[in-house]
Amino acid sequence: MAEYLIKNGFVYDPVLGINGDKTDVAVKDGKMVETSALSNPAEIDASGMTVMAAAVDIHAHVAGPKVCVGRNFRPEDKLFRATPQAGIKRMEGGFSVPTVLKTGYDYARMGFGFVMEAAMPPLYARHVHEEIRDTPIIDEAALPVFGNNWFVLEYLKNQEIENTAAYIAWLLRMTRGFGVKNVNPGGTEAWGWGLNCPTVNDPVPYFDITPAQIVRGLIEANEFLGLPHCMHVHANSLGQPGNYTVTLDTLKQAEGIKARNEFGRDQVLHHTHLQFHSYGGESYASKSFESKSKEVADYINARDNITFDLGVVTLDETTTMTADGPFEHHLTELNHLKWVNTDVELETAAGVVPYIYSPKTFIAGAQWAIGIELGLFAKDPMRTFITTDHPNAGPFIRYPRVYKWLMSKAAREDMLDNVLKYGNTVRDRCYIGEIDREITLFELAQMTRAGPAKALGLAGMFGSLKPGMEGDVAVYPYNPETSGDPEDIERAFSHAQYLIKGGDVVVREGQVVSNGNKRTFWVDCKVNENPQVERDVAEKFKRYYSVNLANYEVYAHHYVPNPYVIEVDATQ
Amino acid sequence: MATVTLKPIKVPDLRLEADNIKPDAFAGKKAAEIADLHVFCGNTRYSLGEFFEVTGEGGATAAETEVVIDGDVSRVKYIGMKMTAGSVLVKGNADMYVGAWMEGGTITVNGDADAFAGMGMTGGEINVLGNAGNYLGAAYRGDWRGMQGGVIRVVGDAGSDIGTFMRGGEIIVNGNVDVHVGTHQEGGTIIVKGDARSKVGGQMVEGDIYVFGDIEVMMPGFQHIGDVDIEVDGVSGRFACYKGDMGERHPRRKGETIYGKLYLKY
Repeated sequence: MAEYLIKNGFVYDPVLGINGDKTDVAVKDGKMVETSALSNPAEIDASGMTVMAAAVDIHAHVAGPKVCVGRNFRPEDKLFRATPQAGIKRMEGGFSVPTVLKTGYDYARMGFGFVMEAAMPPLYARHVHEEIRDTPIIDEAALPVFGNNWFVLEYLKNQEIENTAAYIAWLLRMTRGFGVKNVNPGGTEAWGWGLNCPTVNDPVPYFDITPAQIVRGLIEANEFLGLPHCMHVHANSLGQPGNYTVTLDTLKQAEGIKARNEFGRDQVLHHTHLQFHSYGGESYASKSFESKSKEVADYINARDNITFDLGVVTLDETTTMTADGPFEHHLTELNHLKWVNTDVELETAAGVVPYIYSPKTFIAGAQWAIGIELGLFAKDPMRTFITTDHPNAGPFIRYPRVYKWLMSKAAREDMLDNVLKYGNTVRDRCYIGEIDREITLFELAQMTRAGPAKALGLAGMFGSLKPGMEGDVAVYPYNPETSGDPEDIERAFSHAQYLIKGGDVVVREGQVVSNGNKRTFWVDCKVNENPQVERDVAEKFKRYYSVNLANYEVYAHHYVPNPYVIEVDATQ
Repeated sequence: MATVTLKPIKVPDLRLEADNIKPDAFAGKKAAEIADLHVFCGNTRYSLGEFFEVTGEGGATAAETEVVIDGDVSRVKYIGMKMTAGSVLVKGNADMYVGAWMEGGTITVNGDADAFAGMGMTGGEINVLGNAGNYLGAAYRGDWRGMQGGVIRVVGDAGSDIGTFMRGGEIIVNGNVDVHVGTHQEGGTIIVKGDARSKVGGQMVEGDIYVFGDIEVMMPGFQHIGDVDIEVDGVSGRFACYKGDMGERHPRRKGETIYGKLYLKY
């Protein structure tokens, strides 16, 4: 395999503590190495440019049935947005729900190496893996959803952590999944009765268990197994004014629990798209709705076992999709646009609704502000990750725009003064006008690389340029010494000059030149034999499922042709 | 006003996609430059000059440019798409998407216009002297933003699904229309001077539909609320007024619930 020497760039690596030093970076046989280990490298001149490890996305909806529904029911999302096949690239299309090919190419063009698909309905895991397989370049994994699963609800009601853990281990193997996702705990199941669980203390109908019990139980089961990633929660009452108390109640479930794993992960709870969960007020009226980002960030700043990602609203026309069925119904009642709802048997439900975050409305402006505020209030960039909950708050191709807002007060002021119609009301009802902080490139590398890699338990592979890590390097045409215009940030991070992925050049001079060698990561967790769970699984499949147990497993040879298996031993 | 004349010299094997045929693209260009603009036939790119003989030149701006197509272009799509000003005259028939998403100016088709004419248009005027096809002034597939402004006049008949997701503007059809008129309509006016078949105003939220002739089958979601004497597009008469579609949501403004209105001439 090839050797590369990336010379003279400004290097940012939080793991190695390199903060913009001009230094050389070496890749050999797919891994990072010391420069002295190279014998005859191809040289890449990165002078005047920024060099970082490839980025890691901890939460995006990029593959699977609800993404596909979004593509199918929004043909207008592709209108005038298709680019024909060129070179090694195949045709690309779409904006908020791009084709799998565009997804892979766009992430590569932005210098990403790993993306986590944030919600996999277990029954449709095959579909998720087919789309992951067909997404070029980027390594991916998927989190199956557990928070409304009948097995989990029944075991946790009886406080059977070991059975819950055994079931999780079994399901991860069946679905080739990576970790534990928990969407609107209990609320999505309640939606089957036309109800919801607005707070953590509302019991789920029939199962008679509360969201608080589900959250805490799944954390305990996750730590019982010692999985690479922690319990990844989307709390109850997403998007509801006044929901920050529900968010705090959810975060409190992690109190007193310590991470137990061999992957260097410190947190036991990851709260995703926190922006949607940090609202004050009683309604969407501008006199009532307000930001509670400070209250939520303060709580997290004072803890060390919680991580979160932002979910910044990018003020685009986008497609919302979530396994939070009742929320999507609420949205369609609000904007009267088309709505899809699905119930996935014993496991979960989902909805899809297009949404326009218009800068002409106060609420969209305030939502924008709250997402940015959370990133600026957070004291530890290693526990704060940048996302747009793609495509819910905005498409992932807007990440560089979010970097710009986080890194430049001038860019934020420009938004408040010139773009948002109700900029002054947003200043009144939110904190954004009072914050002077500007995220540095070093902090950006923590929030987009080292941090998410560590939170996913992948710190040994991604997020740093340390010798022995995966040969994933991004070079951006951004000169930290001379670039002054905030627009340069967005431009440069949208178009990496080079991306080396797994030791191969994938983006060269801004052009995608290779379809890479993508891998699907999954976690194979060994547990002691558990006859009760085995019997329960067999019984439920016989009585309730529409498929046979033998047709449930994601057979690796077809669906996961290029796996990377992380083995966990939880038998002790 | 400068005139550019396009004379069809070759019938394309597949339908030609020619969104460059509009005053905005021709303004400020000489005949040779206009002939050099691209068109698509399937996935292959050609120049406009391979299918049309171009004479004349564009005006300084779109508003000062008149495009005349001197012949039949019933296999040429997207004529006048997204145009903002100026005029287009088609002396024969035109294929689909005439004046789609147009914002201003005038398009006249002396013959028939195929489906999706005036799709999503926000302003300007389309005159079809023959018949219009389906989805006249409707929304693009999947979109909820149909015709939002401007005027479409059809001298002959129109097809089905006219004014789907219409939100503003006016569609006037002198002849008859097929099924599905103003489905999901949320504003604007549709006037049918002939007969309509069925499913008129299905899931209509607001806006007006006038039918001078008969509606073969009325939607069950419309309620008769009285008769009115009004003048509609120069024709006075007594109309039965219905509100609906009662099965659909309706917004409230200033304490009043807003309904779609369907007027049927006695």
